[in-house]
This record gives sequence, structure tokens and C-alpha cells, in this order.
Amino acid sequence: MSKFNKKKSGDLPAISTASLPDIVFMLLFFFMTVTVMKDSSLMVQNELPYADQIQKLDKKDRVIYIYAGKPSERYQSTYGTSAKIQLNDKFADVSDVANYILAERAKKREELQNVLTTALKVDEETNMGLVSDIKQELRKVNALKINYTTKKGDAFRNMQK
Amino acid sequence: MARRGGAPEVNAGSMADIAFLLLIFFLVTTTIETDAGLDRKLPPDEPPKDNVVIKQKNIFTVEVNKDNQLLVENELMELKDLRAAAVKFLDNGGGTGEKGEKCDYCKGARDPESSDHPNKAVISLVNDRLTKYSTYIAVQNELVAAYNELRNREAERLYGTDFTTMEADFNDPKTSDAVKDELKPKIERIQEMYPQKLSEAEPKKN
Repeated sequence: MSKFNKKKSGDLPAISTASLPDIVFMLLFFFMTVTVMKDSSLMVQNELPYADQIQKLDKKDRVIYIYAGKPSERYQSTYGTSAKIQLNDKFADVSDVANYILAERAKKREELQNVLTTALKVDEETNMGLVSDIKQELRKVNALKINYTTKKGDAFRNMQK
Repeated sequence: MARRGGAPEVNAGSMADIAFLLLIFFLVTTTIETDAGLDRKLPPDEPPKDNVVIKQKNIFTVEVNKDNQLLVENELMELKDLRAAAVKFLDNGGGTGEKGEKCDYCKGARDPESSDHPNKAVISLVNDRLTKYSTYIAVQNELVAAYNELRNREAERLYGTDFTTMEADFNDPKTSDAVKDELKPKIERIQEMYPQKLSEAEPKKN
């Protein structure tokens, strides 16, 4: 009789978790390969516009980044809501852009100094006035190769907002 | 004298926890980078040497106002029609080019009132200081698309591939030098057929 009783006792068998580490390691390696380390934390809102005629950016050591947009929410109480430029980890003025480019250019290896690209990561809500000011500054220091960094997508999505 | 059968087994139950910890660390400290965009070249900051006179019919003016509306050749236009209008203008080939040559590859209407030759045709983009950046990018995108459409057509006809694929291969660091040397004259030839002459005036101040 006891044989039958044993079968009825309703405990579910434990699920083997032996393969759990393997799964997690798989995820870990996926993220390690497709992502890159953050080098500066964003202090501006940075919702990039869409475009579909895009070209891939050069290698990372040949690119200088300039961010622009409204300050993120936690900085709005100190810096207001009008669009600002972010260079490295600080907010900056338009007049600082030229010096920043020269300083960054001096840091790079000599053979790369002529092939640098300036990537403009500008929030889609920004007015063109600020972007034009940045472009004027870039022209002054002869940083003529620029790249408007965008997300890949249909350009008409920009107009719907 | 408790155990005899070899080394004791290591408990691997906490392996998952360690892996999770690493995973979360990488999730927090890294970002998925957006590393593509529209490449543009700014004009050098020097005064123009001599006043180059460009005939009005060789200029295609695109204006964007502060309400993000488009004025193309003094007519209001929707963004979706811009690409076709730009292609029509660039591909017109109504006259002769810089060296007096006729455009034998143009498939346009050959309207004498529109551009003479692709190497004379200039697109002029004027925007307002209050234009939204996203609109500006959309307009830029459409104009680049017009050039790419024509370049792709010619690349397809001459070499059987797209211009954009050739360019992407050329810029790819993984492509070998031999392939690059082969691609370079092709790309240059196509670029010469439809040179990208996109001028940006300084924005209007209100």
C-alpha cells in the first residue's frame, strides 16, 4: 500500500538550475561585445533625429564628440531649460568650442590629427541657431569634417512631432 | 577518514549569482553607441577669392522657416516632394557643363529654364535660427538622398553595383587595400558625374 501512497504525495520535482549560469554568461558576453564603455555621462537630453542616408562613423579614436540639447531634468533647476552645449563632462559656451576642438586635436596622435571628424550629437528639439553657432566655431578652427549623428530610421518621422 | 573518493565537489550554486553581478555591472556602465550619421563638409572660413557668378537657373533654393515649412524655388512644398524635385533639378542637363560638354548621361527633361549640367547645379539651403534641428536633418537627408539616387543609378549602369554600397565598402576598415584601390577610381568617377554642391548660407536672424 505504501508504494501507492508515495506516488500521490504532491511535491513537484525541483527544476534543475545547473544551466542557469550558462544562460547568464551568454547574456553577459552578448552585452560585453555589443556595447562600449560610457566615457562621459550625458547632462543634456539627447534624443537624436532620424535619417536613412547615413554613413558609419570613423573609428572611435578619430572622432571628437559635441553634445547639445536641453539640460536634463535634474540640471534644469540650475541651468534653465534653454539648449546648451556639453563638452566632455561640463556645460560650455559657444565660445569654448574652438578651444575644446584644439585641445582634443592636440591630444590625438599626429597622423590622426588631419583626419578627425567632429560628431554633433544634437537633440532633435534644438533650434538651428545653436547648431549654426557651433558650425561657425568649427570653421574657425578648420574642423571641417562633421557628422550629424542620427538614428537610423525614416526621416519623415522627424516631422511628425 | 570521512571521504575517500577523490576531491570533494565544489558547490556551483552561486555561479549564477556571480554571473548576474557581472552582467548587471556591464549593463550599467556601458551604452549601445549610435555611430552613424550624415557626413558633411563645412566650407573653409576664408573670404571668397573672387565673386563667382552663378546663374539663377543653376541654383535650387531650399528655405526652411521657423515653423519648419519648406519653400523650394519660392514655392511652398511638402518634405515628401523635395527629393523628387531635387532629382529633377540635378538631372536636368539642359545646357553645357563647366568645360562646355553636354550631359550625355542625364535622363532629365533638358528644360533650358532649369540647371545646365550636374557639375554646375548648386543646391542652396537657407534655414532660420528657430528652425528645429530635426527638420533640418530631414531636409539634409532628402537632399543627400537625391544625390545618392542619381549616383546609384549611374553606378548601377556603369559598374553594376550601388554607389552607397561601394562607398560603405570603401570606408569599412575591414576592406583590404587592393579592393579599396579598385573602388577608389570608380567612386571618384561617379562623384565627378554628380558632384555634391550643397551650399549652406548663414541662417537668417530675426
